[in-house]
Amino acid sequence: MISREDVEHVARLARLALSEAESERMREQLSGILAYIDTLRALDTAGVEPTSHAVPLVNVMRDDETRPCLSQDVALANAPDRSDDFFRVPRIIED
Amino acid sequence: MIGATIHELTTAYAAGERSPVAVAEAYLARIDALDPRVGAYLTLMRDEALAAARLSEARYRAGRPVGPLDGAPVALKDVFCTRGVRTTCGSRILETFVPPYDATLVDRLRAAGAVILGKTNMDEFAMGSSTEHSAFHVTRNPWDLTRVPGGSSGGSAAAVAGGLAAGAFGTDTGGSVRQPAAFCGVVGLKPTYGRVSRYGLVAFASSLDHVAPFALDIVDTALLLGAVAGHDPLDATSVAAPVPDYVAALAGGVQGLRIGVPDEYFGAGLDPEIERAVRVAIDVLRELGATIERVSLPSTEHGVATYYVVAPAEASSNLARYDGVKYGLRVPGKDLIDMASRTRAAGFGAEVKRRIMLGTYALSAGYHDAYYGQAQKVRTLVRREFEAAFARVDLLAAPTTPSVAFAHGAKSDPLAMYMNDVYTIPASMTGLPAVSVPCGFNAAGLPIGLQLIGRALDEPTLLRAAHAYEQATPWRQRRPVLS
Amino acid sequence: MSSGGARRRTPGEPPATVVRGGPPSYDTVIGLEVHAQLATSSKMFCGCPTTFGAAPNSRTCPICLGMPGVLPVTNRRAVELGVRAALALDLRVNAACRFARKHYYYPDMPKNFQISQYEEPLAEDGWLEIDTPDGARRIGIQRLHLEEDVGRLVHEGDFAAAQASLVDYNRSGVPLMETVSRPDLRSPEEAAIYLRAFRAVLLYLGVCDGNMEQGSLRCDANVSLRPRGASELGTKVEIKNLNSFRNVQRALEYEVQRQADALAAGRRIVQETRLFDADRGTTRPMRSKEYAHDYRYFPEPDLVPLRLDPAWIASVRVTLPELPRARRQRFVSQYGLPAYDAEILTQSRALAEYYEAAVRAHANAKGISNWVMTELLRELGGDDEAALARSPIAPAALAALVRLIDDGTISGRIAKDVFARMLAGGGDPEAIVRREGLTQVADAGALEVLVDQAIAANPKAVADFKSGKAAAAKAFVGQVMKASGGKANPAIVDRLVQEKLSRI
Repeated sequence: MISREDVEHVARLARLALSEAESERMREQLSGILAYIDTLRALDTAGVEPTSHAVPLVNVMRDDETRPCLSQDVALANAPDRSDDFFRVPRIIED
Repeated sequence: MIGATIHELTTAYAAGERSPVAVAEAYLARIDALDPRVGAYLTLMRDEALAAARLSEARYRAGRPVGPLDGAPVALKDVFCTRGVRTTCGSRILETFVPPYDATLVDRLRAAGAVILGKTNMDEFAMGSSTEHSAFHVTRNPWDLTRVPGGSSGGSAAAVAGGLAAGAFGTDTGGSVRQPAAFCGVVGLKPTYGRVSRYGLVAFASSLDHVAPFALDIVDTALLLGAVAGHDPLDATSVAAPVPDYVAALAGGVQGLRIGVPDEYFGAGLDPEIERAVRVAIDVLRELGATIERVSLPSTEHGVATYYVVAPAEASSNLARYDGVKYGLRVPGKDLIDMASRTRAAGFGAEVKRRIMLGTYALSAGYHDAYYGQAQKVRTLVRREFEAAFARVDLLAAPTTPSVAFAHGAKSDPLAMYMNDVYTIPASMTGLPAVSVPCGFNAAGLPIGLQLIGRALDEPTLLRAAHAYEQATPWRQRRPVLS
Repeated sequence: MSSGGARRRTPGEPPATVVRGGPPSYDTVIGLEVHAQLATSSKMFCGCPTTFGAAPNSRTCPICLGMPGVLPVTNRRAVELGVRAALALDLRVNAACRFARKHYYYPDMPKNFQISQYEEPLAEDGWLEIDTPDGARRIGIQRLHLEEDVGRLVHEGDFAAAQASLVDYNRSGVPLMETVSRPDLRSPEEAAIYLRAFRAVLLYLGVCDGNMEQGSLRCDANVSLRPRGASELGTKVEIKNLNSFRNVQRALEYEVQRQADALAAGRRIVQETRLFDADRGTTRPMRSKEYAHDYRYFPEPDLVPLRLDPAWIASVRVTLPELPRARRQRFVSQYGLPAYDAEILTQSRALAEYYEAAVRAHANAKGISNWVMTELLRELGGDDEAALARSPIAPAALAALVRLIDDGTISGRIAKDVFARMLAGGGDPEAIVRREGLTQVADAGALEVLVDQAIAANPKAVADFKSGKAAAAKAFVGQVMKASGGKANPAIVDRLVQEKLSRI
C-alpha cells in the first residue's frame, strides 16, 4: 500500500541512503505497519483537540540573562572535521 | 551484600558497618566477572565511581552524608549525557560522542552522593522492547541468559536484577522501563510526565519520554525518585509542583483505596500464567483493604497504533540532527547530502531507520492530518477515558506485559515486537505515573510484573499501594543465580 | 523602469511595468518578508550572548549547537519585543500562540529543524502606512512570528569552486522576528520605502538595531507580474537575502525586468528562489533546491504554548513611543518645518528628541533645525543614541547658541566659531562669547566710523559703485567685517554702507 516511489521520496526527505534490497524490505514492512495504523483513521475524532503536550503548562519562559558559553575548543571537540575555528562540511550542491 | 537494597547499603554506611569504597569495588569486580555474560554495561566508569565512593566514605566518616543516596552504586542508561564520558544511545552514530555537559538527572544524582558505576546497554535511541537493537551487543536476562531482558532500558534492568548495580535509571517512552522491570523481576517506575527533568536525556519522542528509575524495592524507588524529581529551569515541560517526601508517603497501607481493573487489559493475547498471577495480586490488594471494581478503557486497543504514529514522528524530528556535521559518525561523501545520507545509513540500525521512515511519512505533506493529526486526537480520547476512570477509582491494576521474557530472536516481526507495549503505552501517552512491581513467576521461573497506574503527580498513592503489596508478598526475596 | 518614461500618473494609480518592445502592461506585485534580530542580551532559547563579531563558535552552548539531549526555553524579553512590534504595526496579538518545528536539512541549522511558529503565530493582520511619491499607502502585514536564527555558512575559498563550507554557530539561536507583508507593494521603489519605514519603526521601538550590514535586518522579496486587469496573481519568484535598501531596489528592478522580458518572449515564469548578485546587479537561481521543501511542521513538543495576558499586552501598548511617521507629520504641523527637515530630524528617535528638547529651550524651530541638520549631524558621525550621547553639545546649549544669534548678540559667522569651541571643549555659548569677547558690534555709531574708514580707503570701489556696479558695495561690507574682527552686525553694516554710498 506504500509504493516504491513513496519509499524513495521519504528516504530522500529523511536523508537515508537505502539500497535496492533495503528499499524493498522497507516498503514491505512499512506497508504492514501502516495497514495496522490505518485502523485509527476510522475513529471519530470530530471536535477533539489534539494532545501536543501531556502537561497542561503554559507561559514557561526564562529571563533574558546570559550564561557562560562553551569555549571554542569544547564546542568543536566532537567535530568530525574541523578547520581552525569552524566546523567543516562537504560542499553543498543542487539535489 | 550483593542484592542489598540502596537503603540497606546506606544505612550500613551510616552505621559504619560497610564502606562505600569496598562496596563499589565489589560491584565493579562482580561486573568484571559476570557482565561478559549479561552484557548490561556499555561503558564502565571505574575511576569516577571509585573517586565518588571515596568522597562518600569521607563524608560518612565525618558524620555528614548528603542524604539517603550517598554512596549508592547506580547505573545509567547510555541515553543520559555524562560530561566527559562517551554517551552512545546504543548507536554507531554516537559511538564516539563525548558530551560536554551532564544531564540534570546526572547533576542531581551526583549532588545526592550517588556512585555512578557506568552506562548501560539499550535498544538504539530507545527504540525497541528487547535490547536486541543495540549496535554493540545484546543484553541477556539474568533469570535466563537465552532470553531478553526487555527494552529499551534492558541494560539497566539487567544490572539491577543481576546484582551489577543497586539501582539504575532508564527511560520509559512506551514502556521501556516498566516492561524490562517486569521481565527482570525488579521494580520499574514511570513517574508523571514532567516530574523529572528531561534536560540531557537524548530525545526519542519528546512528548512521551520519561526519566524512570529501576530498583529492588519500593523504598529504593521512592529514594531514587525523591533525589531527582522537581522543576528544572532548563526543561520547559518540567512541572513546578513541590516534591513530596516519597519515602514518608509509603506508610499507610491501602485500606479504603479504590482500585479499578480495566477489562481491556485482560483479553486475548495475554499469557494465562500472567493473568493468573496478576489476578492473585489484585486479590492480595483486596485482602489488604482495597476495594476492587471493574472499569473499561475502550480505546486501549488503539494505543499501539496511536503510539506508533506519534513516537516515530517525533523521533524522525529528534534524530534529524545526526548527520555527520557537528558530532558523531561521519561517512565521507561527494557532497553534503551524500555525506549525510551515507552517514545516517551506516550509523543507524534497521529499527531506527524503520521508525524514521514511518515518522517522516506520517508528518509529510498529504499524510500529516490523516496520521499525525489523527493520532494526537486519539491520544486525547485515551486521556479522557482515564480521567473518567479516575473519577471513580484511585488506581488501576493490570498486567505490565502480555508475555514473559521471550528468547533472543523470537520476535523478528516489527509489529509483533510493538505489541509488547500494549499495556504500557497508555500511561506513557497520557503522562500518568505507573509502576511495575514483581508479582510472581511462571512455571519456568520467569518473572511476572503487576502494573499500577495512578493520577497525575500522585506518585505517593501509587507507591504506597505498591509498597503495601510488596511487603505482603515474598517475591523480592527471590533473586536470579548468576555465577 | 517601473514607470515608463515621463507619462504622468494620476494619483493613486499604480505604476505600470511596460514590457520592452510594446504592450501589454503588467502590474508589479511585491511582498516583503523581513527578518529582524531582536535586541535581547541572550539568545531565543538559551543563555548565550547575542553579541555580533565574536570569534567563530565562541558564543555557543550545547543548546544552540543542537547537541543530543538539549531542550529550548523561551526568552521572555524576545516575546515582549515581538509584542511591542506587533502593537506598533497594528497587528492583532493572538490570545494563544505556539512554537512549531520547521524541518529541512542545512548545515547552518544544528537540529535540522528550526523552532519557528506556523499555524498559531504571535500576531496577525496589521499594516504600515508609508509615504510614496504617489501619496500615502497602507501596506498590509499578514503575520508576525518569532523564531530562532540559523548559523553562518562561509564558503571555503571561491564560491564556485569550493569543495567545502565552513560553519559558525554563533548566530544560531539568536531571536528573530519575521514579518510577512501582503503583496501590496507595487514597485521596487515602494518596496525600498516600505523597508526603510519598517526599519525606522523597529529602531524607534528599540526592538532591533536595524544594522543591515551586520545582518540584524534581512529581507526576502516575492515578486510577480500580473497582466493589467487580470485578477489572478502571476507566478511569484522569491529573491533572498537582500542586505541593503539599495540592493532591495536594484534586485527588484532587475527581476521585474527579467520577468517582463521573459513574458514578452512568450516564456513562462518558473516558480523558484533566486539570489541577488550585488556585484553584477542580477538575480540567479539558487544552487540548491531547498525551496522545494516539505517542512513537516508540527507543534514544538519541548515548549508549552503561550497565552498572553490581555492586561499585560495593554501595559506594553502604553509604553509605545510616538512612531516615526506620526512624529514626522507632527514636526510639519507643530513646528511648521518643511517635509525635508522633518524627514531628517525624525530618522532616529534620539535625534528627534534632541531636536525637540532644543526647541523647548528656544522656540526657533527652523533655526534650530538648520543647525542640527547641517552643523551637528556633520560633526556627530551618526544620529543614533550612542552618537548623540557622545555629543559635547547638549540640546539646551545648542538652543542657547541660536538664541544668541536671534537676539543679535552674535552673527551667524561668529556662531560657527562658537560652535567649534563648544564641540572641542563643551561649555555654554554665553560664557564663551563673553570670555572671547565675541559679542557682535551693533552700535551704529561705532560701525559708522568703520564704514567711513572703509569708504575713504577705497576710492576705486566708490567709483565702480557710482558707475553702476552695485556689487562693489560688498567690498566695503567685507572691509568693515574684517576691521571689526567679524563682530560687526552684518545687517547694520550693509544698511550703513548703502546709506553712505548713496549720499556720496
